[in-house]
Amino acid sequence: MGTRALPIVAPGTAQSTAKQEPMGFFTDTSICIGCKACEVACKEWNQLPARGDGGAHLEMSGQSYDNTLRLSGDTWRHVKFVEQFPQPYEGRWLMMSDVCKHCVQAPCLEVCPTGAIIRTEFDTVVIQSDTCNGCRDCIGACPFGVIDINHVSNTAQKCTLCYDRISVGLEPACSKACPTDSIQFGPISELRERAAARVVQLREQGESRAHLYGADPNGPLGGLNSFFLLVDEPEVYGLPREPKMPSRNLVPGSLLSTFGALVMAFVGALTLRASRMRDVARARREDAPRAD
Amino acid sequence: MQTDLPSTFFTAPPGFGWPIITYFFLGGIAAGALLLAGLLRLFGTAADRPYIRIASIVALVGAFISVIVLILDLSAPLRFWHMVIQNNTGRLMFKWWSPMSDGIWILTLFSFFALVAVLESLALEDRPRLRGLRFLSRAPFHAVGAIGGIVFGLALAGYTGVLLAVTNRPLWADSSWLGIVFLFSAVSTAIATLLLLSHWRNVDSAITNDWLARFDNVTLVLEFFAIVFFLISLGGAARALLNAWGVVLVLGVIVVGIILPLVIQRRPSHSVVLPAVLVLTGGLLLRMVIMLSSEQIHVSGVQVFR
Repeated sequence: MGTRALPIVAPGTAQSTAKQEPMGFFTDTSICIGCKACEVACKEWNQLPARGDGGAHLEMSGQSYDNTLRLSGDTWRHVKFVEQFPQPYEGRWLMMSDVCKHCVQAPCLEVCPTGAIIRTEFDTVVIQSDTCNGCRDCIGACPFGVIDINHVSNTAQKCTLCYDRISVGLEPACSKACPTDSIQFGPISELRERAAARVVQLREQGESRAHLYGADPNGPLGGLNSFFLLVDEPEVYGLPREPKMPSRNLVPGSLLSTFGALVMAFVGALTLRASRMRDVARARREDAPRAD
Repeated sequence: MQTDLPSTFFTAPPGFGWPIITYFFLGGIAAGALLLAGLLRLFGTAADRPYIRIASIVALVGAFISVIVLILDLSAPLRFWHMVIQNNTGRLMFKWWSPMSDGIWILTLFSFFALVAVLESLALEDRPRLRGLRFLSRAPFHAVGAIGGIVFGLALAGYTGVLLAVTNRPLWADSSWLGIVFLFSAVSTAIATLLLLSHWRNVDSAITNDWLARFDNVTLVLEFFAIVFFLISLGGAARALLNAWGVVLVLGVIVVGIILPLVIQRRPSHSVVLPAVLVLTGGLLLRMVIMLSSEQIHVSGVQVFR
């Protein structure tokens, strides 16, 4: 992954400075039972509506037992149901409680033009709702399709990793509610050790496909502060194999545009000059017989 | 689930729809118009003044419409000023590594130079009330105004494509060529607009029209090659165009918007209106194809819909 260390907040923008130990989530999908208690706890604590229209219309997906379907501005936790049924009586469900990944190098934070997206003292990424003006640049920049407009606040919103709760020593609502400890909250270093041990345990039990997604600090986006244990390919869970920083195109795109701009300026100036020279030459030719 | 999909296909659309298409189209015309006005101010003659006036007014009106459209497109429009002033510190808001932040400042400075161009143009018309502004047509203000207009016109024309490239969306972020494609298209659509408006206002000057047509031909050829390189650079992501949008790109943008105007403009006595209308049509379709073909791809749960 070719990521570069750009400054991630504008000079002078407000951000927490008292750095603490990075905190995050480890989501072990192998023990998720798809109860959606995390979704409900998240909505209750953060006072999020059941749907964008306030829950007046219950929409059914019609294609899955999962009717939430995706993360959005008013659904900050979403339990994905991956229904793998090649034969009617042969198959399995994979459950994964998806959430903002709180990337160590966060694409949303990188592109935000108002400074609304900040990194907290817990190394998490939070959108300040009173600063966001809903330009939606962060939505297109997020490699995981996490961010969306909340239609109550009309600003971009996503999981805050319960900043208000962890600031006073409480556990985030989703991990507190999780009945199987599929969602675990804690210091990233501890979570990584626990996750690595769990992968070893699963492989010993015969689940050879068990692996961690986003736990490597040298991996894409500098690692994810919300990482996952998966038992299939990332794409099966709707996760990109190689999430990238948007700024990868900044220098080449700008250089190509600058080159094009120079070409346009020179072509315009040269063709205009040539046109005027032809005009002068024609005028001289027309004047010549009269002079004789 | 396809496991060979580019990473950009796992993202969500930002909802850049018709307001942004309108901005990219009209803002591009405005940007190219100020480039043309700047070139004519620097290298033109007194006979070009009607063209300069039209191009400057197009640039200023285009900038005004662009600002209005961009503000209205925000989910919280009353907070538009958060783009230029930090709401929590009162300092200027500028992130050079965020093309959207760059774009706000480019549009602001572009609007200033467009206003200067219009004022200079009006001051040269000998209107008694505007005599005080005649200093704008003298050195060094004249050259600074013209060069500033050219620089920020080109910046406005090109940054929009870079803005799309600096995301993680399919097509937009799968290539670095969008900026240069939009830039060439902005110039060609601006030339078409200037030709149409000057024809409509009966300020046809054979020499200036000849220059505009020649400049347009070169720009259209460059635009064609830029689009080809853009498509090649997409690699596997080009599959997002294997649908109706791909047909619109080939027939609408390339054939109608580039090849036909080139063919028509090769004839000795061709119509001014037809190739200009075709170029404008192609420019609008280009922005529609780029924006809407990517916008319709979205992740829903574990499925990537196209």
